[in-house]
Amino acid sequence: MNVNQATFTTAVLDPETAAPAGLTDPEGRPAGKRFSVYRNNVVVSLTSALETAFPVIHALVGEEFFKAMAGVFLRAHPPSSPLMMFYGTEMADFLADFEPVKHLGYLPDTARLELALRESYHAADAAPMDPETLVNLPPDRLMETRLRLSPAVRLVRSAYPITSIWRAHHDPAAEKPQMRAEDALIMRPEYDPTVHRLPPGGAAFIGALMNGNKLGGAVAAAEEAAEDFDLTQTLGLLIGGQAIIGTEEEV
Amino acid sequence: MLDATPNRRDRLPNRPGVGYKPQHFNAIMEDARPVEWLEVHAENYMGAGGRPLAQMRHLAERFAISVHGVGLSIGGEAPLDREHLARLKHLIDWLQPAQFSEHLAWSTHDSHFLNDLLPLPYTEETLARVCEHIIQVQDVLGLQMLLENPSTYLAFAESQMAETDFLAEIARRTGCGLLLDVNNVFVSATNQKTDPKSYIDAFPMHAVGEIHLGGHDEDEDDHGAPLLIDSHGAEVVDPVWALYDYTIEKAGPRPTLIEWDNDVPDWPTLAAEATRAAAVLDKVTA
Repeated sequence: MNVNQATFTTAVLDPETAAPAGLTDPEGRPAGKRFSVYRNNVVVSLTSALETAFPVIHALVGEEFFKAMAGVFLRAHPPSSPLMMFYGTEMADFLADFEPVKHLGYLPDTARLELALRESYHAADAAPMDPETLVNLPPDRLMETRLRLSPAVRLVRSAYPITSIWRAHHDPAAEKPQMRAEDALIMRPEYDPTVHRLPPGGAAFIGALMNGNKLGGAVAAAEEAAEDFDLTQTLGLLIGGQAIIGTEEEV
Repeated sequence: MLDATPNRRDRLPNRPGVGYKPQHFNAIMEDARPVEWLEVHAENYMGAGGRPLAQMRHLAERFAISVHGVGLSIGGEAPLDREHLARLKHLIDWLQPAQFSEHLAWSTHDSHFLNDLLPLPYTEETLARVCEHIIQVQDVLGLQMLLENPSTYLAFAESQMAETDFLAEIARRTGCGLLLDVNNVFVSATNQKTDPKSYIDAFPMHAVGEIHLGGHDEDEDDHGAPLLIDSHGAEVVDPVWALYDYTIEKAGPRPTLIEWDNDVPDWPTLAAEATRAAAVLDKVTA
């Protein structure tokens, strides 16, 4: 009997099925536990990839629960490409629907933050712009300028305290997360992504820049979101994180 | 875009190399001896930028690099993933490695990547398909690749050929070279109840461009027979060193890689394994 790869794949991912007939030990007996080696390799390697990808989720739900949950996730969402560095893009939506943790509303956005950190880590290199260029622009031209942001910049907005949760995991001395909405800005000065909690209006401002708005439009969007939006502070944050890589002015 | 092409080295030296792990970067840059070349998994360097590529730029200035693919699914029933092949070409064109190798295995079915090297039946049909894929890879990349013998845990009732004949025929038809993983030979021979030395004797040694050594785990099958599992997570055991010795005496010196991918040890432990390989190579080079 021939064993095709569809049959093999189904059996590898389903622990309830027997090893396909046609797979044997050296004496010609059914492969049994020998087939389970492949099954185990697949599950262990994908679970370990998810643990590496989502360390905060792993810490929040605990080792035992994470392993069991990973088993459900990896069967519902096997990797769709050999680039394991980006495995788990469906994790946030999965967590939002996964019955045992559905009530933990902060998990999906925390997973989005962790995914965004990985994307930032692997994003293309881009040299930051000299901040003097911005400072030297007359205010009227400044507002007509578009800022080009580094490909490593990510924005994750949440109704939950995701940056505080993230920080509490990385720094035991950090403040305990309190229930509030938090917007996370990820930047990558050189090679290590950093996480910042944005001040009021900051996410509206950066989101507008990312969508290609001029500085003036982005400021308007930010002020609409938060009356006390502080442009200098937010620009300082972006410059400090080497997030601005150029300007475009319309002639 | 990736910048600055590192210095190209045309071939791996017949000396020890190790699988590169980022945690060893500083130790390697300081003093890598006796390690003379490094191997990297292609898929880990397919991001757009950041630290992985920056480290690779530094390493490639000093060391010959071997790129080892784990995701092409050369034995897959479906056509090769063109997008993935294009990513691989991009990496090879940039890094200009001394060598590229992949596995006699499959890992993708119906666009699901299973992240493991899955086994193939040795039939005329599989042979034709694997050869077609290798020719395509060599065409696209513009180089001669090496194909690695697998660790196997079971047999296919439909198989018609010995693995050594299968690999020899692939090399003959496609002009590809072979990567002989001596630990895989030991693991498979134990699991298939065959003699590992006979496997080495039957292996088309003229085509071998690289040797792998690694660790394995020990288990038992349903009937209490030994079942060895390729783990790359431990030291190379003495019987595998003995088989390596036997191989090098027959084949002469070849680039030899220590593979340690899981439970990665500190640099001195890894370098000690490379030193042991260097001693075996020295015996036949002296």
